[in-house]
Amino acid sequence: MTIKQAKPLLAVEGLSVEFGNSRVVDDLSFVVQPGKTVAIVGESGSGKSVTSLSIMRLADTMGAKFAAGRIVFGDRDLLKASQKEMRTIRGKEIAMIFQEPMTSLNPVFTIGDQICEVLMLHEKMGKAAAMAEARRLLDMVRLPDSEQLLKRYPHQLSGGMRQRVMIAMALACRPMLLIADEPTTALDVTIQAQILTIMRELQKDLGMGMVFITHDMGVVAEMADEVVVMWKGKKVEQGPVSQIFADPQHPYTRTLLAAVPRLGSMTGEEFPKRLPLTVLENDVPTVVGEERVQDTARYNDVPLLSVKDLFVRFDMRKTMLGKVTHRLSAVSKAGFDIYPGETLALVGESGSGKSTIGRTIQQLQTAHLGEISFNGRSYSAMSAADRFRMRQEVQYIFQDPFASLDPRKTVGFSIAEPINTHGLVSGGKAVRRRVDELLERVGLSSAHADRYPHEFSGGQRQRICIARALASDPKLIIADEALSALDVSIQAQIINLFMDLQAERGLAYLFISHDMAVVEKMSHRVAVLYLGQIMEMGSRRQIFETPRHAYTRRLLSAVPVADPSAERNVTLMEGEIPNPVRRVGDEPAILAHEEIDPGHFVAKSA
Amino acid sequence: MAGFLVKRFLQAIFVVIAITLLVSFAIRLTGDPAVTMFQGGGSMTEDDLARIRAALGTDKPFLVQYSDFLKGMLTLDFGRSFVGGTQVSTLIGKAVPATLMLAFVSMAVSIALSIPLGIMAATRKGKGVDQAIRIFSLIGLSFPNFWLATMLVLLFSITFNLLPPSGMGGIQSYIMPAFTMAVILTATNVRLVRTAMLDTLQSQYVMVARAKGLSESKVLYKHALRNCAIPLITYFGLQFGGLLGGIVVIERVFNWPGLGTLAFDAVAARDYPVLQAVITVLSLMIVGINLLVDIAYGLVDPRIRTE
Repeated sequence: MTIKQAKPLLAVEGLSVEFGNSRVVDDLSFVVQPGKTVAIVGESGSGKSVTSLSIMRLADTMGAKFAAGRIVFGDRDLLKASQKEMRTIRGKEIAMIFQEPMTSLNPVFTIGDQICEVLMLHEKMGKAAAMAEARRLLDMVRLPDSEQLLKRYPHQLSGGMRQRVMIAMALACRPMLLIADEPTTALDVTIQAQILTIMRELQKDLGMGMVFITHDMGVVAEMADEVVVMWKGKKVEQGPVSQIFADPQHPYTRTLLAAVPRLGSMTGEEFPKRLPLTVLENDVPTVVGEERVQDTARYNDVPLLSVKDLFVRFDMRKTMLGKVTHRLSAVSKAGFDIYPGETLALVGESGSGKSTIGRTIQQLQTAHLGEISFNGRSYSAMSAADRFRMRQEVQYIFQDPFASLDPRKTVGFSIAEPINTHGLVSGGKAVRRRVDELLERVGLSSAHADRYPHEFSGGQRQRICIARALASDPKLIIADEALSALDVSIQAQIINLFMDLQAERGLAYLFISHDMAVVEKMSHRVAVLYLGQIMEMGSRRQIFETPRHAYTRRLLSAVPVADPSAERNVTLMEGEIPNPVRRVGDEPAILAHEEIDPGHFVAKSA
Repeated sequence: MAGFLVKRFLQAIFVVIAITLLVSFAIRLTGDPAVTMFQGGGSMTEDDLARIRAALGTDKPFLVQYSDFLKGMLTLDFGRSFVGGTQVSTLIGKAVPATLMLAFVSMAVSIALSIPLGIMAATRKGKGVDQAIRIFSLIGLSFPNFWLATMLVLLFSITFNLLPPSGMGGIQSYIMPAFTMAVILTATNVRLVRTAMLDTLQSQYVMVARAKGLSESKVLYKHALRNCAIPLITYFGLQFGGLLGGIVVIERVFNWPGLGTLAFDAVAARDYPVLQAVITVLSLMIVGINLLVDIAYGLVDPRIRTE
């Protein structure tokens, strides 16, 4: 424990929170000193978000009961305060930032109105004074053109901009305590780096205490002074950040840290490696699984998939007579091959066109120009029936395992559907046997087939989605941010599952991701996308060890390092990705590529 | 906006032509007004009937009659009623305000009741208040409105002699017809508001609004309500159209001098000019309401405005 100072800003003492009969937070204690940051770390369902909502007493509206404990803020026990008293504290003395910037702002009010609301409520400002202050706040979070921004609506802003507006709004009344619940989880790494820097600087300026809730150990290393590790509603470990990383005591903390993908961990390795995992078995960290070099790519074969000069455009605005005036060039002249047994990663920020490429390969989207061939045969030369068969050979796994399974169908039905659609196995019993095999292959049991998606956790659902993708016995799986919604420990398990399946079946993956550390672990080759064009492409070692394009380097430098003692050398990207919607006629310049090393392509600057 | 209005106008013309064509054609299948007029009027020869038909203009081919009607419409001249010979435009001019007033009052009462009740039910989901509101809404839904109307008349006009049993007069005369209609409307609207509100209350921005320290009424009525406005406006718009159709029964029961009564009598007498005019006016109103709904979308939701 740290030395107790005279008076902490916030003291949570023996807090227990219950929903109905289930206790989601059990006997939790920690203190926040003024000007310091406490990170609460844990997986989904560990009770960390409920803790933050309890401090705000917003958990009440969700039906939470406080079974025991105190939350002392200043001189008051917040658990004894009435909602009316809490309203004078919320937004004024304790402010909160939420995870989803896209849904945190009310879509029907202007940015200015939403910030002014807090100022007029707590600071009793008039509208004009509040607007002037709101503008100052937007400048403070380094949003350009604040005057105009006040009049705009949330949907006109990107995720990163919205999260900055949220920060401005939270800091409007100079709160003494800021609670940030996964504030950067939904953002790209480069934007995350910007937001974290802003938060750190403002914390210093305003001297506020911070409770930072996250599951990302990299972010913890960067932000926290003190770390509280939660597991199944209980605090299992607490200590200064350096101590937690250097000498974790509790088995859960050790497994958590072991599962964190670390950028640079694969330096010097020619191929991806399937690594054993540390998991908790009867509360003892145990290393399971084998270590294996993932030398599965068959580069001497014909490329399984070949994409040439692909252009995908979306018409954004039309005149009354239907003439297109504005267009979004989502993908411009992208080209790459994927070999059997290979994992090619497509990395880039949101809006880079990586998902569009995946969707075009899966024929969910039509290409404007260009050619896609599978096993040497061009899509355009195929008959409709052959193109339909392609949907069997190529399978897609989506980011959100909650949204990609039909909630009204059993898991077994969803897995059997591709088998029946493509007539792969005939007879109800044979199909059922195949479904059982698939479920067992992805680490579930055949008894799960009759259950519905809501009965499973996020990680289990993603396993089900993998089983469904495998059901049609594909050659290529497009995994579109398939790991992004999962906790790190689950993520590590799924990575290994992907690798095992690749080794067994010679599967090729198009691995679409924004998480550079995961990409480094998994892929044979990497293509970096920016605004629909490939900036750099090469083997994993070429991209991660000798990145040549400035954008690749910035992307790599923005990744938080899960080591509190590491020197940070971030070349911060100022501003946002430019708006890709352009007037017709004003087409983006197509960059030429140069092969600087065998297989290592870099875009020349325009 | 201009383009949008032009599109809507062309759409309205198409709708009016389609509806009036269908109605004019259909009513001519139901019987001859010349015969209807003379029912019980003693003996009549084919010559008499022919003369009446010539006087009414119903001897001409259907398409000629219909195009005459369209031409008249452009100058707001709908011809004369077959019954009594009054100018149709005069009849319509009296009936439209009566119907619109009744419809607006009914809608206004229903909206004023269903929004707070729906929000109350949503915020206390599963609790006693919610259950009670749902049960009452179910009871309201299952009332036949003519029965409710008759009961109200029995109670308030005949037993207690508080309200006029029929006709249109002062505010008092609105109470029973508007209430009868509002009961049915509110029964569905409460459930709609409740569902829309439950969805919206799950949103992150509602939590954010609470985290700002706003009062519960601000959170609900400012932040949440405006976000449920789109489904509500859509439904209220559709409902208003349905209301204009359904008002016939209520107007009959309360002898309300509106479009419903006019249409009812016109159908009975095969009074083509009146019926055609009523249908035209009703369809114009419905097109107008839909236009207002579309404009309202843009006003409440900036995401639609910029499209």
